[in-house]
Order: sequence, then structure tokens, then C-alpha cells
Amino acid sequence: MAKPKVAFYWCASCGGCEEAVVDLAEDILKVVEAVDIVLWPVALDFKLKDVEAMADGEIAVSFINGAVRLSEQEEWVKLLRRKSGLVVAFGSCSHLGGIPGLANLTTIEEIMANKYDRAPTIDNPDGTRPLPRPVVDGYELELPVAWNTVKRLDEVIDVDYYLPGCAPPPESIMTAVQAILAGELPPKGAVLSPEKTLCESCPLNESKPDELVITEFKRVATSQPKPDECYLAQGFICLGPATRSGCGERCIHGNMPCRGCFGPPPGARDQGTKLLSAIASAGAAENKDEADLFAKGFVDPAGTLYRFSVPSSILKRTLKGK
Amino acid sequence: MATDQFEPRIMGFLCRWCSYTGADLAGTSRIQYPPNMTPIRVMCSGRVDPTFVVQAFAEGADGVMIAGCHPGDCHYDVGNYRAMRRVPMLKNLLEQFGISPERLMLTWVSASEGTKFAADVVTFTETLRCLGPLNFAKATKATDELNLKETAPAV
Repeated sequence: MAKPKVAFYWCASCGGCEEAVVDLAEDILKVVEAVDIVLWPVALDFKLKDVEAMADGEIAVSFINGAVRLSEQEEWVKLLRRKSGLVVAFGSCSHLGGIPGLANLTTIEEIMANKYDRAPTIDNPDGTRPLPRPVVDGYELELPVAWNTVKRLDEVIDVDYYLPGCAPPPESIMTAVQAILAGELPPKGAVLSPEKTLCESCPLNESKPDELVITEFKRVATSQPKPDECYLAQGFICLGPATRSGCGERCIHGNMPCRGCFGPPPGARDQGTKLLSAIASAGAAENKDEADLFAKGFVDPAGTLYRFSVPSSILKRTLKGK
Repeated sequence: MATDQFEPRIMGFLCRWCSYTGADLAGTSRIQYPPNMTPIRVMCSGRVDPTFVVQAFAEGADGVMIAGCHPGDCHYDVGNYRAMRRVPMLKNLLEQFGISPERLMLTWVSASEGTKFAADVVTFTETLRCLGPLNFAKATKATDELNLKETAPAV
């Protein structure tokens, strides 16, 4: 029997998800033994035409990481959707929008202006910007177009499963691959991770007081959290209360409060507002002025509470720059 | 009366114990106030999840009003304090999404303050009239596919 075909593809991402696959270490040999990898741009040289030449549905499963922000990415993922039986959104960026999704708090014009005009290290007197069809030495080239809004994978194509995490831990990749190979699949649309919140599996949970009170916010950039006490109780913003568990508490073990990469647990539609609710309610403010001051101490609430999930928030993007 | 003036859509979350009763009193006392607010009775201003507020804006509200018992009067002791702590933070968050903080109002209305309730609705409606329509979903969606070609300066 022919081995099932598997594709890995990347969109707007950092490459960490590819690294996570490599981190399977010896286990990758088991994967390679069981499947035929037909596309993996980071490691193997296959081109668009190779995928185009395949029959529809020929690929058993495509693991796609990264958010979708370029016209080229949209073209690729639509092609992969057609050629694949299953599509798994791999990692936070394709699941929730991820770090690239923070770009939705500004506009593409602002990003371009910073990149090509304002950055102190830029010397660009002609105001050169990337163009979709530049002419170089008499040849017209075609470059991808960057959209103003960064999208999650499931805003562009139909997604069967989500493998959360920045990056997904090797154990959960292996569990997912084995479940798919064995045909033991959860219902479509499932997030392949436990349904508990991170707080429930957190090793510091026992030090979390019954009633949490935050008097002022501390930041990891300016002070060091104690490694043996609930970070929220210390005043550090930790996204554990509204983040799905399953990551192996990697950040907590590294003395870093949860950053929310696994996304909201089931039942929480919007990770940021749920966290805001939890964090603000723990404040000690007794009047309006104190409440204003308390809120002021929370620098960049949108970027912190939706660090990985702006495109999957209810508002999705900023209205700025209209 | 001008017919072309902008009529803001306000979503009002009124606490069941004080503010909803205050709104009722405004009605039974026949106090005139603009019909722009759609009231939703909630058990407590502390029950107003910030998610409700962003959902209201995403679905077309021009403003959101949260009204609860005066501090110290909460039926559940501290629910209104929770609302008080959340609102400034939520305003900061909304501002990052391009929604003016003035579009979210938190006010205290007791069961006997029908007049205050009506006055708050008048003020808030006027504020929103000055700010103009929000149209959040439509306006953001329209910018989704703006691309480099349209935003890059002509070469």
C-alpha cells in the first residue's frame, strides 16, 4: 500500500513551527517511515507546479503554519486545500493569527512607512517601496501583494483541525500525527489540545490565592518574577486564566508568565476580553481615580491580551488609518 | 425637527436592582429622553463581560452604556466595583482598536434616580451624535484588502 502523502507549508510565520517538526528528533524517522512528504519548503525542493500536478485530494494531510497576509499565501493555501484530504492549522499563527496578527493593530501603510522611510537605519531618498509589478532591467516581475489585514488560516480556507502553540510542542505534534495515521480522528474543527485552562495545570497553581488581588502591575522587562509564586499574585500579567493548557507549561518552567499562545479554552469566544475581565476584577481600586490609575499601569492591553489572537478576536483589527 | 440628524444606536446594560428600576421610574414619571438606547437587563453591572461590549461594537452599536448601583449599594456587595475596575482598562483596549473611549459610558443610577438616568441618556446620545457613526465591522472590513499597490506612492 502506498504511504499517505503529507505536506508542510508555511505562510506568515517565523520558522519556529518548522523547527518544532525538526524537534521531533528521532521520532521524525517514524513519521518519514509512515508517510511520504511531498512538500516541505524549509527542507525539500518542491515547487508550486509539483503540487499543481497532483490530483485533487491526493495529499492525505497538509500541515499549514503561519497567518495569511500575502496574495501568494492565499493562492498556496487554496491550492493545498484542493489537493488535501485534511488540513491542519499548525501553530498559533494559522490557528489564531499569532504574532504577525499584531499587525492588525496598525495599518499596512504604517508598517511600510516605518520599514521604508522612518526607521533610523533606512536611507531611502527616492522613497522606493515594493510594488506588485516592478520593472527591472526591462523585465516585469510579479511580487506578492501584502494585505492590510492579517488573517487566520480558517478565514481563507476550510480547516479540519487546529494544532495550537507557538510552536506546537513535539509531543502534541506526534500525538496528532499518530491519531491521523491511525484514523482516530476527533470531530472536525477540534483543537488538538486539552480543554482545561493553563491555570489548572500550572505548577504554581497551589500558590494562587483564593481571592486574587493585584495592587499594581509589574513587567518582566523591569523586574524579575519569583519562580515559586503565582505570577498574577505577584502582579505580573499572566494569561493562564484564559489560555488553553497542553503546552507542557514551558514558559512557567522558564520563569515567564503565560503569553497565551494556545488561545482561549472552549467556551471563551474572545481571549483578550476574558483576560481583561479576570485581571481588572482582581484590581484593588476603590474609586474611579484609582481605577484609572490601575488601568494606566497596564501598558499595551491589546498587544498583551491578544498577543497571539488579534485576528481571532471579535474586533479582528483596528479601525485606525481609515 | 431635523430628520437627517444622526441617530446613534446605544446598547445599554442596566443592572436589575438599581439602574433598570431607575429607567423604569424615568418611564413611569414620563420623563422625556431620546429613544436611542436599547436596554438589556442584567443581574449586575459586574455581570457585564467586556466581551459583551466588544460584541456590541462589532455588531453595529455606536455606543455602549453600562449602568449599575452606586458604589457601596451593590446587591452582590462588589459587582459594581468590578465594573468600575474593568471599564478604564476596556476603554484603553478599545482605543487601540480605533474605538473612541467616549463611546463606552459607565454610570451609577439608583432605583430612585429616574431623572439622572434620563439625563445620562441625553448626554450620551449627544456625545455620540458629535462623534458620528462608528460602523465598526463595515469600516474595518472595507480596509481588509487594501494592498501595497493602493497605498504605495506612485513611482
